[in-house]
Amino acid sequence: MRHVISVHDLSVEQIIDVLDRAEGMIDIARGEAVTDCLKGKVLGSIFFEPSTRTRLSFETAMNRLGGGVVGFAGTEATSVVKGETLADTIRMVSGYADAVVLRHPHEGAAKLATEFSDVPVLNAGDGAGQHPTQTLLDLFTIRTEMGRLEGLNISLVGDLRYGRTVHSLAFALSKFGNTINLVSPEGLEMPGEVVEHLEDSGQFGIACHSPEEVVSKTDILYVTRIQKERFPDPVEYEKVAGKYRIDPELVSQGPDNMIVMHPLPRINEITPEVDVMPQAKYWVQAFNGVPVRMALLSMVIGGD
Amino acid sequence: MSQKYMKVEKIDHGTVIDHILPAKAFDVLRVLGLSDDKSMSILVNSHSKKGGKKDILKFEDVELSAEEANLVALVSPQATINIIVGGKVVRKFNAEAPKVVRGILTCSNPNCISNQNEPITTEFTLGSDEGHRYVCSYCEREVVDLAKCVSS
Repeated sequence: MRHVISVHDLSVEQIIDVLDRAEGMIDIARGEAVTDCLKGKVLGSIFFEPSTRTRLSFETAMNRLGGGVVGFAGTEATSVVKGETLADTIRMVSGYADAVVLRHPHEGAAKLATEFSDVPVLNAGDGAGQHPTQTLLDLFTIRTEMGRLEGLNISLVGDLRYGRTVHSLAFALSKFGNTINLVSPEGLEMPGEVVEHLEDSGQFGIACHSPEEVVSKTDILYVTRIQKERFPDPVEYEKVAGKYRIDPELVSQGPDNMIVMHPLPRINEITPEVDVMPQAKYWVQAFNGVPVRMALLSMVIGGD
Repeated sequence: MSQKYMKVEKIDHGTVIDHILPAKAFDVLRVLGLSDDKSMSILVNSHSKKGGKKDILKFEDVELSAEEANLVALVSPQATINIIVGGKVVRKFNAEAPKVVRGILTCSNPNCISNQNEPITTEFTLGSDEGHRYVCSYCEREVVDLAKCVSS
């Protein structure tokens, strides 16, 4: 594996390989064991857009592996504000670092970066496009919590139209053989090509507008944020958001071993009371970003 | 057909693109990007012997290569290409949709990195299904209307 750009590029074997390596990294990710396998190596971390979990977990991952990090979060203090192209920025950073992790507001930015970088590129989210490391940590969480990646009933809930994580996750889950339900407000349904792909692969469950309709048969309730800016009328947003609030009552309607996941940040789509329920796995999910990104960095930089 | 009914003269040497979808001749011209010093005839909404309408393009002293001719399939997949030498058709073939198109189309996604003034050439790949669908190699989005995405 040289670059990590899109979940579409990853085979089932490559995904399993990453997850297996991540499993072996958990103790180091927790700080309970130490490694210096990337000692002397540098990660170029360039974030043109806001990020909390992705940036911090990449940087933690590199530090836990014994390497260092250079880069920026926000373009204010960089030559980007002078009009420097992404191509030139990448050429320059790839001269300083042994790998580049990139978040950018435009779709396809990571693919462009691979054309101008001398070192591996990891896509940390490009616009509404791909966010493959999020998908891998989601799969890692599912496998860790459920013991398998196949034969599961997964309900994707929230903004399925614009949420990039659910598009990538739906494609990735379909590589393993699952039933995927789509729960979204009207107007925020899953794009046609994703639905078509699920139907063609025989993994489409049901599409509906209410989580109550699917929760009793759900193994994984994967909740995403409904973005306020998608609604021209704030009253309409409040009405819709209210229907998609996951609370203890709803969670209790699911099977005993159901888990609740969320890529975060959440606003109010999962009430704080759910946080203490055994079903709530979104904090573990956020932590899992570290071992998964450690696995990826060791593979692309270490050449393992 | 006798000579007096012909709307456009026969050509002695060049290329005739026949069976172009009606009203798509100008899109075909844009795809081919031929320089405007070439002598050409354009028939729009001409009656087809097979019924219905079609467009026809005739270029004098231009022999399109198969690679160039296949670009026609981007906007009119059923078009046929006739290479004329000495007033006779010496080669006739159908335009075949190219597997990869570089530089001729622009992505219909305004947020695609290929639309942001970066030093790159656009690239689109043909989908594996029969839908004649092209996908941007950068943003992975399908091109919505190929004719509208031809670079001007």
